[in-house]
Amino acid sequence: MLQFERWKIWTISLLCALGLVYAAPNVMPQSWREALPSWWPKETVNLGLDLRGGSYLLLRADVDGLKDTWLKNLEADVRKLLRAEKIGYSALGRAGGGVRVRLLKPEDKDRALTALKTLVEQVGGSVFTGQVSYNLSITEESDGSILVSPTEAALTERVRSGMTALIETVRRRIDQLGTKEPLVQRQGFDRIVVQVPGFDDPKQLKDVLDKTAKLSFHEVDLSMTPSEARERGVPPGSRIYPSTDGTGDYLLKENEVVAGDELVDAQPSFDGQTSEPVVSFRFNTSGARKFGKFTQEHVDLPFAIVLDDKVISAPRIISPILGGSGQITGHFTVESANNLAILLRSGALPTSLTIEEERTVGATLGSDSIEAGRIAALIGTLAVIFFMILAYGTFGLFASLALIVNGILLFGIMTAMQSALTLPGIAGLVLTLGMAVDANVLVFERIREELRAGKTAIRAIESGFSRAIVTIVDSQLTTLFAGIIMFWLGSGPIRGFAVTLSIGIFTTIFTAVTVTRLIIAVWLRWANKRQRHIVVPI
Amino acid sequence: MLLNMKGFDFFPHDLNIDFMRVKGICFAASIVAIIASIGLFLTLGLNYGIDFKGGALIEVKTKAGPADLGDLRQRLGGLGLGSPQVQTFGAPDDVLIRIEEQPGGEAAQQAVIAKVQGALGDTVEYRRTEVVGPAVSSELRETGAIAVACSILAIIAYVWFRFEWQFAIGGTLALVHDVALTVGLFSLLQLEFDLPIVAALLTILGYSINDTVVVSDRIRENLRKYKKMPLAEVLNRSINETLSRTILTGGTTLIALIALLIFGGEVIRNFTLAMIWGVLVGTYSSIFVAAPVLDYLGVKRDWSGGNRAKGEGVAAGKA
Repeated sequence: MLQFERWKIWTISLLCALGLVYAAPNVMPQSWREALPSWWPKETVNLGLDLRGGSYLLLRADVDGLKDTWLKNLEADVRKLLRAEKIGYSALGRAGGGVRVRLLKPEDKDRALTALKTLVEQVGGSVFTGQVSYNLSITEESDGSILVSPTEAALTERVRSGMTALIETVRRRIDQLGTKEPLVQRQGFDRIVVQVPGFDDPKQLKDVLDKTAKLSFHEVDLSMTPSEARERGVPPGSRIYPSTDGTGDYLLKENEVVAGDELVDAQPSFDGQTSEPVVSFRFNTSGARKFGKFTQEHVDLPFAIVLDDKVISAPRIISPILGGSGQITGHFTVESANNLAILLRSGALPTSLTIEEERTVGATLGSDSIEAGRIAALIGTLAVIFFMILAYGTFGLFASLALIVNGILLFGIMTAMQSALTLPGIAGLVLTLGMAVDANVLVFERIREELRAGKTAIRAIESGFSRAIVTIVDSQLTTLFAGIIMFWLGSGPIRGFAVTLSIGIFTTIFTAVTVTRLIIAVWLRWANKRQRHIVVPI
Repeated sequence: MLLNMKGFDFFPHDLNIDFMRVKGICFAASIVAIIASIGLFLTLGLNYGIDFKGGALIEVKTKAGPADLGDLRQRLGGLGLGSPQVQTFGAPDDVLIRIEEQPGGEAAQQAVIAKVQGALGDTVEYRRTEVVGPAVSSELRETGAIAVACSILAIIAYVWFRFEWQFAIGGTLALVHDVALTVGLFSLLQLEFDLPIVAALLTILGYSINDTVVVSDRIRENLRKYKKMPLAEVLNRSINETLSRTILTGGTTLIALIALLIFGGEVIRNFTLAMIWGVLVGTYSSIFVAAPVLDYLGVKRDWSGGNRAKGEGVAAGKA
């Protein structure tokens, strides 16, 4: 047990040195870090949001909304197809998880089916089973109507691609805030986790996330006022929209002139005359053409700018806007103009988001926590070292050396893995150091027993190690179980604790058993030369 | 000199405390404590944090000297958010505001922060804001309970696999004891019980079974060594032999935890407190709960002969 081949000594030393290399940048001042040779990894440990400050949001996507949008588009497609084929229908609407059409004349059925079949696409199939799946199923119902409904496979695919698009949009919006290393991740079926380090204004974060930001430009229906429409019925093709500031309603044509997805840019700026904050935008070519044509035909008439079904403003068209750019006015503040520009630039969300959990830590609390954690870790370690030396003398000193190597390795691995160190993680670190000496205590107590039983120093040390090791592994494994379950359970800070605790188990077994044994072996060689009868200093 | 220091042996090694003589009293006391804890849990309940109950938590630091709690309460009371809990947090100018879950789903929770910020304005620095909606809090309750249950099951399975079933029962009872007493303490003192406390509970489970495993290892070793010795005496001997280790390890762990408690800041105070308590009850339970169970249940003594039990081969060379 106490014989170490040369290669083993080298491997152990190399591992410790590697840990030191990775851990070292954490305690170096910036200038030192920059002066390091290029092969040296320069990352410092990745601090969790609770230590460096920042915002964490858990959002849930409205998946039903995604399906709903699809059905709405499907309905429009079916209507368009039947109109193009000049097939009359008596009823067309969403029903039974799809779109149901009742034809006026039963003899049109075959023509209608042929037309509707053009909507069917293959959405992938299995190479192995040879089965092909389609996006839609078209069924004739017993009462003669036709049901066009999305297949399960297509719905799943839609939700998947919808979520991907959603995450992309969320990421674009957050990137626009100009923060460092934001993290946007899908979690589970319909959730998105957003972590923005160093950003402790959750209000602005929420402002750019909780709006779908579907922008559209509409013609104002001037045939009657909104209140008349409410009394006498809304004219077909029109709808009443509320305004964003709640000051009044507008009667608008439902079909949009141009939609927000034809925007290529949006920037906050100031109105040339009133110096009021506004949002300037630019359309792409087709958007510019549509907008130009519309404004040409409607000079002197108002048009409405609608965001998420609410009217931002309804300015009058003074002259045709042919260049494809314009500006949105609407009593903005500098901040709200900026936010709207961000939303428009990054595009509309395919569906709406609900914030389910929010945690924000300010930078000062974070740095206070780091400071507290550092002091606690330092004092905890020193106290444990003092106690170990008091209890086991020179061997206690050896154990303390191993403990320091343990700390360095743990920190080095955390740095190399870039897994987040959180405040509970620091607690895990301190706890690991406190419990790590358990392995040494087990070995040393065993050595004492063997010595009392009359064994020689070398025999006592050897059997102390060999008999304690199974117990050490046993007892550390149970903590590992707890750590793994915690990792699965937790998010953020708790996960940080679980990671530190679990890594600590491996570094502890390595240092408390292998490293300590190596140190003792070296000491034995030294003692052998000097003493006839080795007295174990324990 | 540095290389030949002798340690200070804290424990006289001819110690032979008769633990088994008091096992009846201690065991009874443990059972009473478990029942009392369950009683507290059922009557007083736990002071759940927002992780499990939903709602909002805001930590602020007042900019103008020590916080006037009465004034803060008054300003927040008029917001129609129920009755906000306002208390200092570690320092006189550091205040923790807790607001219960509002009716009206996820969006209503989000509105809380804006209202509080509107009421307090720039007079304070916002150090921390946390909002947990109803969906997340109910999930956390569920996963928290599952995690504790899974940990206990995993550990039982492990102990059962490594030892005889009597050891597994003793270990399980010790774990139940530790969890119950920790929950009982939190209920009695009405300390806030949130997700980090569940993490502390899981760590306590790991620590406690660690202790139990060390003692059990020694019991099994001595059972083989002293085949004719009465079981109670073997148990006593094993506990006494491992006592110095039990107390030293408990000691170093407690030292580290006390450093955390004093210097680690207010945010993890309850977490550390739970852990300290857990180390204490965990150490107690491996001596006074797990071992006596073996005495009550009895354990197979015949380790020799043709009936080579599965435990024996594995156990060879055990500390």
